[in-house]
Amino acid sequence: MGKTLFEKIWDRHVVTTLPDGAALLYIDRHLVHEVTSPQAFEGLRLAKRRLRRPELTVATMDHNVPTDDRLVIRDPISRAQIEALAHNCAEFGITLYDLRSDRQGIVHIIGPELGLTLPGTTIVCGDSHTSTHGAFGTLAFGIGTSEVEHVLATQCLSQKHPKTCRVEFTGHPTPPVGAKDLILKLIGTIGTAGGTGYVFEYCGDAVRALSMEARMTICNMSIEAGARAGMIAPDDTTYQYLAEGPRPFAPKGQAFEDAVAFWRTLPGDADARFDRAISLEASQIAPQVTWGTNPGMVVDVTGRVPQPDQVPGYSRKDVEQALAYMGLKPGTPMTSIAIDTVFIGSCTNARIEDLRAAARIVKGRTVAPGVRVLVVPGSQSVRRQAEAEGLREIFSTAGCEWRQSGCSMCLGMNPDQLKPGERCASTSNRNFEGRQGKGGRTHLVSPEMAAAAAVTGHFVDIRSWPEVSDTFQSGKGV
Amino acid sequence: MTSSTSHRGLIATLDRANIDTDQIIPKQFLKSIARTGFGPHLFQDWRYLPDGAPNPDFPLNAPRFTGASILVARNNFGCGSSREHAVWAIQQDGFKAVIAPWELRGEMRAPAFADIFRSNAGKNGLLTVELSAPEVEEIFQMVDRYPGLEATVELERQRVTLHLPEEIAFHFEIDPAVKARLIHGLDDIGMALKHEDALRAFERRHDPQWHRPA
Repeated sequence: MGKTLFEKIWDRHVVTTLPDGAALLYIDRHLVHEVTSPQAFEGLRLAKRRLRRPELTVATMDHNVPTDDRLVIRDPISRAQIEALAHNCAEFGITLYDLRSDRQGIVHIIGPELGLTLPGTTIVCGDSHTSTHGAFGTLAFGIGTSEVEHVLATQCLSQKHPKTCRVEFTGHPTPPVGAKDLILKLIGTIGTAGGTGYVFEYCGDAVRALSMEARMTICNMSIEAGARAGMIAPDDTTYQYLAEGPRPFAPKGQAFEDAVAFWRTLPGDADARFDRAISLEASQIAPQVTWGTNPGMVVDVTGRVPQPDQVPGYSRKDVEQALAYMGLKPGTPMTSIAIDTVFIGSCTNARIEDLRAAARIVKGRTVAPGVRVLVVPGSQSVRRQAEAEGLREIFSTAGCEWRQSGCSMCLGMNPDQLKPGERCASTSNRNFEGRQGKGGRTHLVSPEMAAAAAVTGHFVDIRSWPEVSDTFQSGKGV
Repeated sequence: MTSSTSHRGLIATLDRANIDTDQIIPKQFLKSIARTGFGPHLFQDWRYLPDGAPNPDFPLNAPRFTGASILVARNNFGCGSSREHAVWAIQQDGFKAVIAPWELRGEMRAPAFADIFRSNAGKNGLLTVELSAPEVEEIFQMVDRYPGLEATVELERQRVTLHLPEEIAFHFEIDPAVKARLIHGLDDIGMALKHEDALRAFERRHDPQWHRPA
């Protein structure tokens, strides 16, 4: 019997099988950030252990980073954590993209940019959104701090073989419906525990037609469906992405040609079997907006806030608690919900294509009175590119705040936070209670939907904006 | 449960599904570079009012749950962020075990605990007990009916016993590897390093596709 993409990568990385049946799995890349690593480095010090392969470990600072004046960190505890990472990287010999680096950014955005993320490799990071890197045909998953220490010391991890699930998107979505809507629809369909214990492999015509950045958006939110990893088989789109741009860690010249020859062997065999399969028709998917306090609590923008006893997979109490927190009444049309804040950013949606998509909507328009809009590029590279293309000008003219790169209001570890009761249209990945600031209310949407909410002050079905859909269908730029 | 394989203690119930790790320990406490000090901030935003006083409406603040060491909640506990701080906070607030139900959602079995949380718990000796939904519902009802209800969680026998006038016991399944680690307190890193020969042999033949920047 043939092998899936996942099985091919897994099998290549099994160092040995442990007595308890778990595999000792080799890790090709270990990405490190300031929040989940300090206790791991401390553990190494206490046990007098060194890094096994410091060159396979790359670090950056993203979670705590201010997005205004990034070199002045007023919060002493945040500053101490950032300084601890710099100190640890120096002591253990790890490459660090710090706040003075022009390649700094959110760890899951700079990995692909730098060419660190390559098909057929294994990548881990002390961060659940490590699933992002699966877009390249990479086995990538988030780990806890004990596992961070384990990888630093041994370059491997003890892992049980997960189950596999094929997630097919047939047909094609109608622009501007895109990757964010596809993944939110999937999570809404199977629930936030629907993928627990599985590795997803996304496939189908809709996925094949997506750019690498859009594929990253989909894989990024696999964890919101409970799947620790999501993957997409590499193809010409993947190889083209890796060939272009300054990607210092990607192979060059003959090494690149050799690598592509290997990468072409990775897609799953025709007779490979999955433990489970899910299929969704992409052409039927509408722009999605979350109404509740987890990413599975989501409806079409044309829908309404649900009745408490009418949400499959959630008890009446679950829904009532979510609606009480969100300050929403059942039956309210989603398009009548007014917002105070818009956040365009995060490892889900802060790459250049996301910023272009949002800029297309706000270009020539003005942010609605009283609405605060933060545009936070995912990396300094994205920021430079956006400025070169004139996107900064478009956002600033419309009344949006243009920021430095970092995780920012996705989780509000830096000063970018919602105030209690504030309602936010956010391109990020989690609408958990308090995620963007204590008492803050988050609605997850695509960059286009967030930008439209910024302009109108409430959610709108962007498909009904004729000039907008014309722009998307003709493929015209900003 | 690092040093003993059996624990008896007071049960506390938290009637919520999909409790994410942002609720268990909010972001502001992730700035610490230490492994300790998280206990008082477990469920911070639910547990305290804006002025810092305990929130009387939060179930775990009820006097009858003071000193509880077994936490019972609903399905998909620990979803979301990979933060191991969530496990540290639960342990440092005095809990030795968390019990939650697996559930059928459509044709799919939704496990009681999110993957990364369960893995983190195992590494730290926090026992995660997965029971069926009716069994967990019974615990909720018995805790309501019998204030001060205690349970014994026995890892070796994979059994939870409710100390009612007539005891009820539930069997649970657990990954043998996790069970062995909890019983013997194994050092994972030390274990992996015992395979140094296999690791070296692997590294000689394996290409990690590492391309040093020019």
